[in-house]
Amino acid sequence: MVEKLRDTPKIDELMKGPWPSFVKEIKLSAKLSGRAGERANDLLGVLERSYNDKIGHWKHGGIVGVMGYGGGVIGRYNDLPEEFPKVAHFHTVRVNQPSGWFYKTDVLRKICDLWEKHGSGVTNMHGSTGDIILLGCATEDLEPVFADLTEMGFDLGGSGSDVRTPSACCGMARCEWACYDTMGACHDITQTFQDELHRPAFPYKYKFKFAGCPNDCVASVARSDMSIIGTWRDDIQMDAAAVSEYAQSGKFDMQADVVGRCPTGCMSWDGQKLAIDNRNCVKCMHCINAMPKALAPGRDRGATVLLGSKAPIVGGALLSSVMVPFLKMEPPYEDLKELAEAIWDLWGEHGKNRERVGEFIQRIGMSNFLEQIGLDPIPEMVIQPRTNPYIFFETEEEE
Amino acid sequence: MSVSEDQVAEAMYAMIKEYHGKRNLKALDLSKAMIEKFGEEECDKKFCKKAIRQLIDSGRCTYSYVGGSYIVLPPDSPDAR
Ligand code: SF4
Ligand code: SF4
Repeated sequence: MVEKLRDTPKIDELMKGPWPSFVKEIKLSAKLSGRAGERANDLLGVLERSYNDKIGHWKHGGIVGVMGYGGGVIGRYNDLPEEFPKVAHFHTVRVNQPSGWFYKTDVLRKICDLWEKHGSGVTNMHGSTGDIILLGCATEDLEPVFADLTEMGFDLGGSGSDVRTPSACCGMARCEWACYDTMGACHDITQTFQDELHRPAFPYKYKFKFAGCPNDCVASVARSDMSIIGTWRDDIQMDAAAVSEYAQSGKFDMQADVVGRCPTGCMSWDGQKLAIDNRNCVKCMHCINAMPKALAPGRDRGATVLLGSKAPIVGGALLSSVMVPFLKMEPPYEDLKELAEAIWDLWGEHGKNRERVGEFIQRIGMSNFLEQIGLDPIPEMVIQPRTNPYIFFETEEEE
Repeated sequence: MSVSEDQVAEAMYAMIKEYHGKRNLKALDLSKAMIEKFGEEECDKKFCKKAIRQLIDSGRCTYSYVGGSYIVLPPDSPDAR
């Protein structure tokens, strides 16, 4: 255990208040014995210094990783190695999380033990990519970490210009709204594209996220290059008796809170009976979320495949656009895989370095893009079809 | 195919060595150059992928990240000096 914790008056401010504090957690790690404690203590020092200097003291990138892999480790070095020698290297290790983030407690304990042995004891469960994030390891410890992880049945996730670790909501494992097996699809895609995940060969990152229904609990529409969002194409299932119960419960006003908030105005309520014009339902989930005991997604279920979102820290967010309005999501998911490969071929060939697929589409134009990957334009691809039909349909000249 | 995976890997390695310290090469830069050199009939993208795998798995080359993922010589390679 380190003899004395670094003096950190500035970042100590971040321990005040009722919310969780990462500073408090790093201080706990700094009390660990051995290298983990020493690293966490120097991490506190660098952080304090950064708050004083008003700049970050980290550089990232370079040649760092495990044999054969081009992703999974993000090289981090501090630019004050003499002052903070224990965190001269402080690499991040991304570990591919289980589908739906289910763990047994003994596995979580083993991961923590492993990170106290080789790293800093500081983790981030989970990072925005979905991976288990292990923070703070020296270059010479990477291979031992990898060996221990693989022995436990884990693998590294993606980083750099590759397929990033796909992630999925808990789907059918816990949620009655799941319109397909998100965890199964996520696992299958992860296994199929191991090469693309571990051997970076794209212009930039490519994320898959699997959401079981339009509630989109993994925020795939805003945070993944390819969003696979569960949906249905028949009618919403309705239990009329349960609808009446909700109406009589007095918990909400059926007209104002449910019908009035339907984005397409496709519901009506005469005080007794709820009617839905399903042809105009855009599957927003609002009414189903409001009355979960009375309404449910239809029985003919699958997913909508969307493309092109990204959530950068600096520039504006980009939401994904519909590519395939309805796909039956059944193993082995051949259609989805073929579509992804066609997109990679085109973007790989013509994309600029660090250009996400959504930015690539913006640059070359959606109609060009669709033509190149062999998809016909359809109205569902238009974000606001009634006000802004930005796809121009070419009418073939007749002889 | 009359071009072997080893030949493509060697040609890629020569290119990486030539550009070492001057320009970073991505997997796609290597594949495009090989397809141009040997012709698509002899060397397609899948074949190039195998050659890259050979270079990485043998330790002759490694991945590096400099605002994008590149394939480079390991720092301790005699050809990197
Ligand atoms: S996205 Fe839908 S299916 Fe998945 S957990 Fe959320 S509500 Fe359930
Ligand atoms: S799911 Fe949304 S669009 Fe469809 S009927 Fe319910 S509120 Fe309206």
